Amino acid sequence: MPGRVLPCGERALLIELDTLPEVVAVASAVREWPEVIDVIPAAQTVLIVVEHPSGLPALRRAVAALMARDLHSAQSAPESRRITIAVHYDGPDLDEVATLTGLSRAEVIEAHIGTDWTAAFGGFAPGFCYLSGGDPRLEVPRREQPRTSVPAGAVGLAGPFTGVYPRSSPGGWQLIGRTAEVLWDLTRTPPALIAPGDTVRFVAVDRPGQ
Amino acid sequence: MLATGPLALLTDLGRPGLAHLGVSRSGAADRGAYALGGRLVGNPPSSPAIEVTFGGLSLRAGTTLMLALTGADCAALVDGRRVAPQAPFYVGPGQTLTLGRPAHGFRSYVSVRGGLIVTPVLSSASTDTLSGIGPAPLAVGDVLPVGPTPDHEFPGVELVGLPASGGRLVLHARLGPRADWLADPAALTTQEWTVTADSNRVGVRLSGVALARSAETLTRELPSEGVVRGGIQVPAGGQPLIFGADHPVTGGYPVVAVLTEASSDALAQARPGDQLRLRLIDR
Repeated sequence: MPGRVLPCGERALLIELDTLPEVVAVASAVREWPEVIDVIPAAQTVLIVVEHPSGLPALRRAVAALMARDLHSAQSAPESRRITIAVHYDGPDLDEVATLTGLSRAEVIEAHIGTDWTAAFGGFAPGFCYLSGGDPRLEVPRREQPRTSVPAGAVGLAGPFTGVYPRSSPGGWQLIGRTAEVLWDLTRTPPALIAPGDTVRFVAVDRPGQ
Repeated sequence: MLATGPLALLTDLGRPGLAHLGVSRSGAADRGAYALGGRLVGNPPSSPAIEVTFGGLSLRAGTTLMLALTGADCAALVDGRRVAPQAPFYVGPGQTLTLGRPAHGFRSYVSVRGGLIVTPVLSSASTDTLSGIGPAPLAVGDVLPVGPTPDHEFPGVELVGLPASGGRLVLHARLGPRADWLADPAALTTQEWTVTADSNRVGVRLSGVALARSAETLTRELPSEGVVRGGIQVPAGGQPLIFGADHPVTGGYPVVAVLTEASSDALAQARPGDQLRLRLIDR
């Protein structure tokens, strides 16, 4: 498969890939490897960190072997967690998203709940995941003016991604709904409701607390 | 806790394994000095200790305690009497340990036999100064409970050398994932860099002659990607930033080189205004 293995110090390798599905596949494949302590997928890369420098040569060999394989066959190997998130679709940008996509409000909601999403990578804030692989009709630009405050639990769209704000923060995503689920809880193990590699499905509810 | 100095934090080996959720490892800035302190007092690995920034700490013992001071030598006094760094010493009930300003270095570790009892956050006692995860920085009046004396045999510890002091810091690095974003990676090594005042546990900023981007990357933007402690990131302005223990898990500027683990520890002892050199190694 295409992709480049880049050096990243005594304890890590950075793998550069062409597509997000490849990123998801590589991250899933390496997560359970022995010695690997951190796997950080991003838009086009996967950073793999081992605990000790002594583990790097073995990591380099294992990565070379992985890259020689067909990653899409490797992808199905690890069982991904399935997470269902109940959303009350009353977001302030729902009309704007309908206009941008040419869909009705109901069709936007149906599209959002109609497919599985894959948690591709984290970023922006602890507990935030970029969810990809949803209905391509929902692809919309970010808001021209980001909001100074978006409440925790807000469900947004931006580019090919959807995501749920783990805590109140500024944000530029198009907000279509909100959930009562707690995305980030330091007293929980793991603290994040959604982690990269998870499969996420949204369901519509009448009230956000349902 | 009678005095904290500029910044005193609880620390251990941090919280690995959560970077994909956006949580950096954090933990001791000078891991070698922290680990040595724990060994000197016979603690298991990752026992909570205190990371002292630029001395100034003062503690009164409630009971007889065995302590060790590692990292920057802060002229430690117990009730006014000098105690040696890099070796265990006792502090009696009511006695006061006072750290002065280090002559060299920046961060010191106070380890207590039995370890400090800290309610962990995500399995670690460390304060992540970027995300705020972990205990609050130590404050005057804090009472730090000490754990029971470990029941395993006291480890034999040979003579421990004093940390290198005074000489100019030379850091070793290997070219990193985005070395090709620099017009001339060797430019990292041909000048003296100055540690700037806005350096901290998140990153050490260097000031020098700006590094030029390679022509083919001038108009490119790098999508955010995972970064490591010790990564030397070069933002558009060309002044490097070297990621520390509390670095963000991803970054959007090219990481052109990565310090060795030992040099990343050594950098934790650099203070604002210090000059240093970078040396590239092949393997």
